[in-house]
Amino acid sequence: MRERQASQGARRAREFEAFVAGAAGRLLHAATLLTAEAPDDNPRARRLLTMSLAHTYACWDRLRGEDPYDRARQYLATRFARTAWHQYGGLGRARPHPGSPLGALVPQERLIVVLRLYEGVAEEQAAALLGLSTERVRAICERSTATLLHPPRGPAPKVAGAEVVPS
Amino acid sequence: MNKPEREATVRQLMERTPPQVPPELYADVLRRGGRMLRRRRAARRLMWLLLWSAVVAFTVWALMAHPWVEPPSETTPPLTGW
Repeated sequence: MRERQASQGARRAREFEAFVAGAAGRLLHAATLLTAEAPDDNPRARRLLTMSLAHTYACWDRLRGEDPYDRARQYLATRFARTAWHQYGGLGRARPHPGSPLGALVPQERLIVVLRLYEGVAEEQAAALLGLSTERVRAICERSTATLLHPPRGPAPKVAGAEVVPS
Repeated sequence: MNKPEREATVRQLMERTPPQVPPELYADVLRRGGRMLRRRRAARRLMWLLLWSAVVAFTVWALMAHPWVEPPSETTPPLTGW
């Protein structure tokens, strides 16, 4: 029984290592798009990815032929959806990085754009994953696309250093 | 621009700057995942242990208390045949 468990553990570690080698890059990119952080400074995205991969590892034996990438992506999306409103709600300390492509969108829009357009998940599956209706997903996706392609002209940004220069 | 072109443009926008995967990620993931797995196993074992001990406790009680037997009457039984 111990040998069976040990060999099962070794097999799990091997297969998981191969999976991480292949999938981590793409999942990290998706997570960084979701958190709207800079590519070289993305602690929250890395944490999201770590939790998602750890969860996939813990569920590895129960996958039974299901695609682990699918499972990891699902966990990434639902975890982000769960925790995003904490960060963006009151304090606003998690301000989107200006260089991030999806910085102009709210977290829900980012989630839908990443799932639908970056990951290519079908509308019905994305809607089922997030607990929304298919029409709502489509509407949010189209609105977000319009926002990204034609950024609204907001108030003029404050120029740093525009304080009064002492004469 | 029609819809597929718009979507393709947004996709290009998103694919521009892929972040680097940190090298210590795999070790970290293995550590956390292993801990999650061990905790789940322990929780499952605890649940089965509690269930089994509940079954044993119930069986022992049933064997002692004989709940299927009618208790002796506490009132005088009705007189018949007089």
